[in-house]
Amino acid sequence: MRLPAVLHMLSLVLVLFGGSMLVPLVFSWGYADGAHAVYAKAMGVTLLAGAALWAATRRAGRELQVRDGFLLVALVWTVLPAFATLPLLLLLRELSFTDAFFEAVSGLTASGATVLSGLDRLPPSLNIWRGFMIWLGGMGVIVLAVAILPLLGVGGSQLFKAETPTPMKDNKLTPRIAETAKGLWLIYFGLTVACALAYRWAGMNWLDAVVHGFTTMGLGGFSTHDQSYAYWNSPRIEAVAIVFMLLAAINFATHFLAWHRRSLRAYRVDPEAKVFVGVVVVSALGIAAFLVWKGVYPDYGTALRYAAFNVVSIATTTGYANTDFNLWPIFAPLWMLFLSSFASCSGSTGSGMKMIRALILYRQVFRELLRIIHPRVYRPVKLAGQPVENNVVFAVLAYVFVYVSCIVIFTLLLALSGADVVTAFSAAVASLNNTGPGLAQVGPASTYAVLNDFQTWVCSFAMLLGRLELFTLLVVLTPAFWRK
Amino acid sequence: MKVIILGAGQVGGSVAESLVSEQNDITVVDIEPARLRALQDRLDLRTVAGSASHPSVLMEAGIDDADLLIAVTQSDETNLVACKLAARMFNVPRRIARIRATDFLDDPKVLGPDGFDVDLSICPEQVLTDYIVKLVEFPEALQVLDFAGGQVSLVAVRAYQGGPMVGRPVKEIRGHIPNIDTRIVAIFRRDGAVLPDGDTVIEVGDEVFCLAASDNIRQVMKELRRMDQPVQRVMIAGGGNIGLRLARALEADYSVRLIEHNKRRCDVLAAKLNRALVLNGDATDEELLGQENIAEMDLFVAVTNDDENNIMSSLLAKKMGARRVVALINRRSYVDLLQSGQIDIAISPAQATIGKLLAHVRRGDVVAVHSLRRGAAEALEAVVHGDRESCRVTGRRVEEIELPAGATIGAVVRGGEVLMAHHDTRIEAEDHVIVFVTDKKTLPRVEKLFQVGARFL
Repeated sequence: MRLPAVLHMLSLVLVLFGGSMLVPLVFSWGYADGAHAVYAKAMGVTLLAGAALWAATRRAGRELQVRDGFLLVALVWTVLPAFATLPLLLLLRELSFTDAFFEAVSGLTASGATVLSGLDRLPPSLNIWRGFMIWLGGMGVIVLAVAILPLLGVGGSQLFKAETPTPMKDNKLTPRIAETAKGLWLIYFGLTVACALAYRWAGMNWLDAVVHGFTTMGLGGFSTHDQSYAYWNSPRIEAVAIVFMLLAAINFATHFLAWHRRSLRAYRVDPEAKVFVGVVVVSALGIAAFLVWKGVYPDYGTALRYAAFNVVSIATTTGYANTDFNLWPIFAPLWMLFLSSFASCSGSTGSGMKMIRALILYRQVFRELLRIIHPRVYRPVKLAGQPVENNVVFAVLAYVFVYVSCIVIFTLLLALSGADVVTAFSAAVASLNNTGPGLAQVGPASTYAVLNDFQTWVCSFAMLLGRLELFTLLVVLTPAFWRK
Repeated sequence: MKVIILGAGQVGGSVAESLVSEQNDITVVDIEPARLRALQDRLDLRTVAGSASHPSVLMEAGIDDADLLIAVTQSDETNLVACKLAARMFNVPRRIARIRATDFLDDPKVLGPDGFDVDLSICPEQVLTDYIVKLVEFPEALQVLDFAGGQVSLVAVRAYQGGPMVGRPVKEIRGHIPNIDTRIVAIFRRDGAVLPDGDTVIEVGDEVFCLAASDNIRQVMKELRRMDQPVQRVMIAGGGNIGLRLARALEADYSVRLIEHNKRRCDVLAAKLNRALVLNGDATDEELLGQENIAEMDLFVAVTNDDENNIMSSLLAKKMGARRVVALINRRSYVDLLQSGQIDIAISPAQATIGKLLAHVRRGDVVAVHSLRRGAAEALEAVVHGDRESCRVTGRRVEEIELPAGATIGAVVRGGEVLMAHHDTRIEAEDHVIVFVTDKKTLPRVEKLFQVGARFL
């Protein structure tokens, strides 16, 4: 463990993050909303802190080991939100640090759960900042760092391993990690530009188009309006959102391959993408039928519009809403919440336990059943025709166990501190999956401001845990990690 | 003709054996002197010990004036290098290589003149797999062979009590299935060949060889025996090269179980197969066979690389209730011992695989040669060229052609149309003619018939 080296790296990330506050600063100037002094101050504090840390640790070695990478990732995701609260705290004087931290974590983990109301009246630059946090968080501030820090002469491979702990993480796309990161970011950037332009074309104003471009690609559900997408009530805008949410929830490595080889074959080969799209489409059609059957909507067309948008939004862990789906019969929102825990693909900006783990788990179940019938059978779990090693299967089983345990523990903690059962459960699931809105008191029509301070901290922690795929954060919390 | 054979394994040995009897100068190269000695003791040929891809070894084998190189060593790479050397350095006109890995075959450039310069690639495992797959598709047949790109099939069926044609003379088949053109080209009765004419009566136990358009095979077989249920469940013993290929070919359409005793190999098999069940265990393990419902199997195929194991496991499977058992048996003496006994079909890999290779060695424009009855008889497909003056077949009626005794013209394929040969069928240039030869000694004379005379050239 080389704490100074880790802190040194953290200082660089912090300086970059401070630099990123230029974005709201520039917008604030452009919109003349009077908030630019706030960003200048926040930026100054962040840059100073980063510089001070850099100066204090500059004698430390530069080489990181895998273990150090885990610590760095955990530190980045806890320290950056603290600095990200500065603009919020300085602008909204009545906001507590607890709520501001929750909002910042929600942004940087691309969750989209908010404690703020009256979004329409916020300075435009603050909405930009909230959206931009999601965008940064979306593919990981770290991946950005991986693309840029190597230019500073620092190896980045260790970081990449820590940031993407999915079962197939060793599938490198290009021989050099920096090339890969650059390719992924180019695609991310390109899709974001396309998304913002599509929103503008569909009828948003420029500010909304840019903010929603950020939050759609990051799959975090921050909006500039309290009503979220119901504000526009426009099927065209919703259709654009559905397309880009689906794109963002597919592995960016698959997008990269498809773009790199100029062929759509990559999507056909990707074992997750087709199941993901299939599950989401079937769920949307099914829930629409269910809503007509229950008499929520008079005709299938209307039902399909609302079902498709909200199912895609929740399943991809985005968290937009164009109606209060909390009022639907409980089956529909519960099913959507269930989808959010596994639908999105690994290597996307979505969260939850990821489709790849669900597929491995599902096939492992069938393997066990087969073994009961044929005791001598050899049947590996396969993905895309390739056998998955047994230790990966075990890791997935452990992951799922921890995941379910987390949901139980967070639900109990929230219930212990006074939340009703639906609120507690849905808040726990929505936070761990980085979805955003839950049900009942934290439903889409409400905000997380109803939670007390303890509950807010629990949800903040759950979002961090979910974004860092449990193990990255948990391993730092084990005593063995700290032993020399 | 001067032939150099690289590799004295099973394939090399049987190729050498079948070519020796046809008056060729043969040199066999192998890295293992013991194998060469065994071969030399048995056959009249020359041997050279050494690595088959080294130019010095090839020189010693007399590659300078060789007419044909047959590279059938275990290693694809050695075979490829030898072919390239033979083409570039020694100007050997024809080169045949055994290639197992399909990767080399995906792009024709790899084996083309700018690549390794291989005229013909053969994969014995694939040929055997195709053979067995045919048996799964046609469970009543002993052997099914394709000619003319799959338009015509030659099928061997054992006549059983209950078939409408059994006990009747051959000429009546027309009356039984009037709208299907078929021809019974040969009958093997108690290990001897009977050349059938219209009055020959088909007896129970006869092995009957019929030619028919491929779509009509089933109806023809129906005349000679009761039809079985189509195959649904197949058990394969042995997950070697053949077992794996077979399982891959069958797993989409049939329920396949594959038994392999080596655990590591099981991992490899399970990774390459999708639907087939890979079972770890011994194919002679009664308990395992019972557990896996051997009694419900329509077909049990033993394809391990051990003759005795194949024999024992298929005998056991038959005893435990498998409907039909097929065993791969290398030793010819075992094959004759077991065929038509408890084991339904004994396949000799060497004989099944060298047909394609032999076709290339033969004179005249021979497209395919198939060994039947473990090499006792052959069926060949030849393309007719020239005209009435230059060739002794072209433009003549079948009855006019001076075929040696034991040879019959079975069918003619003319531009996609299949004609069964009758005494008055006229052969035209570019026809594909299928000839059935029961006496192998007469083969050179048959080939000569199809050669175009000097005047035409």
